[in-house]
Amino acid sequence: MALTTSDVARLGALARIRLTEAELQQLAPQLEVILQAVATVSQAVGPDTPATSHAVPLRNVFRADEVEPSLPTQAVLAAAPSVEDGRFRVPRILGEEA
Amino acid sequence: MSAELMDFAEAMELFDPVLGLEVHVELNTATKMFCGCANQFGSEPNSNTCPVCLGLPGSLPVVNGKAIESAIRIGLALGCTIAESCRFARKNYFYPDMTKDFQTSQYDEPIAAEGLVELEVDGEVFAIEIERAHMEEDAGKLVHVGGASGRIGDAEYSLVDYNRAGTPLIEIVTKPITGTGAKAAAVGRAYVSYLRDLMRALGVSDVRMEQGSLRCDANISLMPKGTTTFGLRTETKNVNSLRSIENALTYEIRRQAAVLAAGGKVTQETRHWHEEGYTTPGRSKEEAEDYRYFPEPDLVPVAPNHAWVEELRGTLPEPPAVKGKRLQQAWGFAAQEFADIVNSGSLDLIEATVTAGASPAAARKWWLTELARRANETGVELAELPISPAQVAAVQALVDAGTVNDKLARQVIDGVLAGEGEPAEVVVARNLAVVSDDSALTEAVDRAIAAYPDVAAKIREGKVQAAGALIGAVMKDLRGQADAARVRELIVDRLS
Repeated sequence: MALTTSDVARLGALARIRLTEAELQQLAPQLEVILQAVATVSQAVGPDTPATSHAVPLRNVFRADEVEPSLPTQAVLAAAPSVEDGRFRVPRILGEEA
Repeated sequence: MSAELMDFAEAMELFDPVLGLEVHVELNTATKMFCGCANQFGSEPNSNTCPVCLGLPGSLPVVNGKAIESAIRIGLALGCTIAESCRFARKNYFYPDMTKDFQTSQYDEPIAAEGLVELEVDGEVFAIEIERAHMEEDAGKLVHVGGASGRIGDAEYSLVDYNRAGTPLIEIVTKPITGTGAKAAAVGRAYVSYLRDLMRALGVSDVRMEQGSLRCDANISLMPKGTTTFGLRTETKNVNSLRSIENALTYEIRRQAAVLAAGGKVTQETRHWHEEGYTTPGRSKEEAEDYRYFPEPDLVPVAPNHAWVEELRGTLPEPPAVKGKRLQQAWGFAAQEFADIVNSGSLDLIEATVTAGASPAAARKWWLTELARRANETGVELAELPISPAQVAAVQALVDAGTVNDKLARQVIDGVLAGEGEPAEVVVARNLAVVSDDSALTEAVDRAIAAYPDVAAKIREGKVQAAGALIGAVMKDLRGQADAARVRELIVDRLS
């Protein structure tokens, strides 16, 4: 099933990326090529190969529950575009409630 | 904001409710889920953050082993099967309380699934099937600024504190709960109350609903009586107390019933509960949400081995319901008396007070009346009052020994709560001991007899019930610091 421009437009919207019609026309076939490459790899895999979500066969990597120093608040807030009252100041969000 | 509501009894004649509850439990680990920042409520804003929980480029998360342990214990306590292997997934969405623009959660492979909880509501047992319990992280905390209401619709901008971002959460999801009828709301409440007690017994969370460490989203739909196809449901958020769960569910039943009875259709949506007693629509779900979940590439799978799981099973506490039955029997309380204890959240406190030597009746009395009132007045939980079960037991011991009476005991409690030391020290410091010296008591009795010759005469004539007035006068004279029974004996003695 080929990737349509409306699929790409929807993915773009979900990722907050605004795309022009020209960009959609250009990107859809390019992404399609990538999907086909993945499909080719999938076909090469036999049923005896388990699916993994990680490249390294590691499991159960845990950290001890011990507090480590956090960043100084001033350093954290220095990364904020706008600060008020020790907090990140952000535009109001419409249509949703935290 | 109020919607058309159908009378509850009428709604129950026409419809069967179907419930679904999603409960989020914040774990009380020392550190966050994926980094070593302190997991602490009430710190200075943005003081417990680091590159990992701020989602800075190049930072890598590492799973908190203690959080996994808590998740497994919770799963086992809910009767779930623990996954032999599970993984984390990214739930992608944009919201300013989310530093990374995705929440690290679990999707197709939860750590625990297929559990069962049995609840008793008004003598009827309900089996609540647990679909899953999965691990995830909490988001930061938003404060909306501007606008009179403080609610988001009126806000001009928002302020974010990321201290909570990355706090370990367990989300516990039920399967649809049917067959509760008119008890649907009570079952919802009882279920969350059960989870709260269970989490407390496990010691995995503070389960403070008012602080958000236990949060509930309540789903409910109605189906016409005699049918079995679920109706469209609403999901009510912002339900922050046990009472609110019951009220919100009752409200939604009545609202949906009115919509359906008028030939309308329930809008599948998120709604918000307002403490004033109604819900309003929130985010509309016209478009199915698409979180584009995918396996988290930065974290390796969690595969708890059988031996570890069994070891953790061995650490499970006595189930709250079993413990409740045992204590109710041992303490000899009626069902309602015991239910009051459980509902007030004082079971553990009373148990500890009894262990420290007080009788169950005395322990119940102090915690459910005097101390509950103070907790209420100061807006804290019973367990937060600066008095320990051992100190309460010590106060009762002073009463039992006749050192203080009930009234003075309340002043002793005042002193302990004010940080004046142990009960015995407060008695000395505040000079609260009852006057046990008979000569001092006799003098006070004589003064009272002299002051009220009419009353004294009545008692002399054998009307002993009149002694109350004289006892009152003596108690007043001695500022309440006397044993009323002993005073009565002395009065009768003097006048016979």
